[in-house]
This record gives sequence, C-alpha cells and structure tokens, in this order.
Amino acid sequence: MKIREIVDAINAKVLVAGDDGLDMEVHSACASDMMSDVLAFVKEQAVLVTGLVNPQVVRTAEMMDMKCIIFARGKTPDKATIELAKSKGIVVMVTPLRMYTVCGELYAKGLHGGEDNVG
Amino acid sequence: MSDKGGLHFEFDVDGGNFVSAGTASERVKNTLKQLGIAPFTVRRTAIAMYEGEINMVIHAGGGKAIVDITPEDIKIWLIDSGPGIEDIELAMQEGYSTAPEAIRMLGFGAGMGLSNMKKYSDIMEIDSRPGEGTKVFLQINLQKVQNG
Repeated sequence: MKIREIVDAINAKVLVAGDDGLDMEVHSACASDMMSDVLAFVKEQAVLVTGLVNPQVVRTAEMMDMKCIIFARGKTPDKATIELAKSKGIVVMVTPLRMYTVCGELYAKGLHGGEDNVG
Repeated sequence: MSDKGGLHFEFDVDGGNFVSAGTASERVKNTLKQLGIAPFTVRRTAIAMYEGEINMVIHAGGGKAIVDITPEDIKIWLIDSGPGIEDIELAMQEGYSTAPEAIRMLGFGAGMGLSNMKKYSDIMEIDSRPGEGTKVFLQINLQKVQNG
C-alpha cells in the first residue's frame, strides 16, 4: 500500500514527509516498543509502528533501511527525533490510535509482517 | 591486502549521550553502502555494531569503536572500561538483561543485544573482566556473499 493510504487508514498526522514522499509503496511492517526486538529480525520491512519516542527509534529504522515510522497512542516525538528523521529521509507520522489497533487496521489492508518467507 | 585496499576508522562512543548513540554505526553503514557492499551485509554489519554501541552507552559509560574494512571482511572492535560481564554465557542468552528499568523505558535492555550481535556477525569474541572492561570483536566476511 502507499504511505498516503496508511495516513488515511489510521487517522494519522504526517510530521516528516521523507525523501520519497507519501506515494511510496510499502509492503510490510513490524511493531514493538523494544528496539532490540525490531533489530532481531532482519526482513524487508518498510514500516515501524511504535509507542516509544526517542531518537533511537529513528536510528533503529535507519539501520533496518525502513522508510516510515508510525508513533502510536498519540505520542509526539521531540524535536531531536524529528530532525534526525528529516536528515535520514524517513517518513514520520503520529496517530491517536493504540498500537494494537494500528496493526489491525494496516494488516487488514494488506500490510503484513513480512515473515512469509521465514521458516 | 589491508595496506592497499583497506579502510580504518576509530570512533569515540560518548557514554553520556544517549541521543548520539549509533552515529559511529551510521557512518560505517554509509561507508559500506558507498563501497557497493551487498545491502544485506551492510544491514547486518550496521545492526551488530549498533547493538554494540548501544551496549557501551547503556552499560559501560561509552568506549571506543575500531573498524577495519578490507575486501575480505569487516572487523569491528568495541572496547570499553565499564563494569565488565560477570557471566558471558548467561549474558548471551536471548532475553537475559541486567539493564535497569530506565534503560528499558528507552527501548533497549530486552536482552537481545549480544545475541543479535552474534546472529549478524560471522565471528564474535568477547573478552571481559569484571571491574576492568569488555572487548568485543566482530567479523563479517565479505567473500562469502559472492559464493552465495
């Protein structure tokens, strides 16, 4: 799905539009508040859903070559986090929805976990 | 070979600055990308080093990261003068962590750091003495990629 469609699906507000803009296609996502858990599974995931707000979320996304970060539960990242995402060209959005709901909405629209080809 | 085609980096990892943690790994990642290294290799190198950097910031008050890149492999040394690891075998177990709650609030300390580093490197060696510090060596082979 396009990042633009994610914005609509979860009633999100875009804080950083990223390098490739909102028309970029993304095919899989993962969700966690623990960054090491995100780092534990290298797959082609483009979207990170989290309730954690600090600059290391952006660094984790950068290490994983992710394109988009969704901050759930209405948590707003601080300036340092936003600036870092801007410099990395990563899309950042916030949604008032809880993480479970965000995942459910996006999964239903075809954004899966990307584990189909694992084991 | 390392004299001709090698790159050498040294980074000071600032233990007092959680915000800047990961900058050394990012620079190495960008360098590897520019060298045209396979994306998956770039990613696993970056992640292994990033976990090591985070560990030094969380547990050891910072340290030093040394990186050698040659056509054969990437070698990374992460050296700190922190408290050391009491039981390395236990620390290697997924989910085992001595990180305080404050660190978990930051999204780390899930007990995945060392196991992720092992998972993404071809060779990992830990030399640690309680009270003196920890030295972690990581090697990521480059020629293996060409053989599939």
